[in-house]
Amino acid sequence: MYINIQKPILDQNDRLAADIKEQARVHHIYLLDLLASPGAGKTSLILATIAALRHRYRIAVIEGDIASQVDAQKIKDAGIPAVQINTGGICHLEARMILRALDVLDLPNLDMIIIENVGNLVCPTDFYLGEDAKAMILSVPEGHDKPLKYPGVFQVARAVVLNKIDTLNAFDFDERQFAEDIHQLNPQAPVFPLSATTARGLDAWTQWLDAQIQCKTSASALVDSQTRAPASSTTPDTSPAPAPAPPLVPPSSSGSLAPASSSPPASSLAFVPTPPFYKEPSCSL
Amino acid sequence: MHEFSLMAGVLDAVNDTAREHGARQVLVISLVIGEMAEVVPEALEFAFEALSADTISAGAQLMITFVHPRSRCTACGNEFEHDRFHWFCSNCGSLATELLAGRELYLQSIEVEDDPESKLSHVY
Repeated sequence: MYINIQKPILDQNDRLAADIKEQARVHHIYLLDLLASPGAGKTSLILATIAALRHRYRIAVIEGDIASQVDAQKIKDAGIPAVQINTGGICHLEARMILRALDVLDLPNLDMIIIENVGNLVCPTDFYLGEDAKAMILSVPEGHDKPLKYPGVFQVARAVVLNKIDTLNAFDFDERQFAEDIHQLNPQAPVFPLSATTARGLDAWTQWLDAQIQCKTSASALVDSQTRAPASSTTPDTSPAPAPAPPLVPPSSSGSLAPASSSPPASSLAFVPTPPFYKEPSCSL
Repeated sequence: MHEFSLMAGVLDAVNDTAREHGARQVLVISLVIGEMAEVVPEALEFAFEALSADTISAGAQLMITFVHPRSRCTACGNEFEHDRFHWFCSNCGSLATELLAGRELYLQSIEVEDDPESKLSHVY
């Protein structure tokens, strides 16, 4: 007997991710999912980002690692709430893990949660965590050819950070080639060359992130009739734009897969792809 | 290794569906996977064999249809196929393109061997 199913493989994860997204919406929290290989500087960038934005936003961090409390401890030492998830061998974070972490965070008193995913350039790509954006960090010592070797992760990223530019002299890193390859793979993503440890170039990144947070909070404030006081009353240097930029990928029309002419089995589908497939329009900057 | 997580999701859905239909054995599992999803068929097969052991899916045939990436240009409306790396419109060179296909990850269908006893009570 033939049984037609037509179900996304990550259906269950996507449903849990929708729960996360809803919780973040209710509490006006911006969720950032940071992807990179081990040693690219995820924790260093998070610490530098916290230092730059902690006076404007209440931040918490969810740390994903196969084992140990090392990263969460570094964040807690900086006085920021952190939850460590030990995946115990699983190479990526899944929505069910994030849901458990949200249970122990004080959501009504947070403006941003940074999720530090497991160090890996492949597996976290397709797992939607209900985040507002995935951002990707590559570090100079890893080499400029990584976008060509791991295209998926560079394509789902809303922004790309090139970390450790203070070491450019020591490595054979072709910045021009790197920028060209990113441009090919993900024309809409801004690239932020910076050094998390020396803070060179950090401002452009934190300003971008700041504007993303402003955009979400002002958009949800419009939706919510009861607006709550923002974390800080300082005027943002980039004015928040509640009206999203002209979507390069219109989310409303993306619900169904257009008929695939080449493969008959896929042609009759009304199938909603997993969320990283389409990026929601980001704020106009 | 994300193939293990993917296959665990596949088998949950397959085994549940097969049981709902009163099946005795799953014969074929059909998956549709976009070429840009970075799924390795061998790793998927390996995960399938490991995870399906002692379930009604053990020994089933895994059929994978790969979908070639395809995009539409939002500037000129051109629809074009492309490889995993180049998304520029092949007609006007615009960067403003939307991906139509190539990142699929879904379970399409299964074929099962009916259980003759439960079949009588099963209403379609």
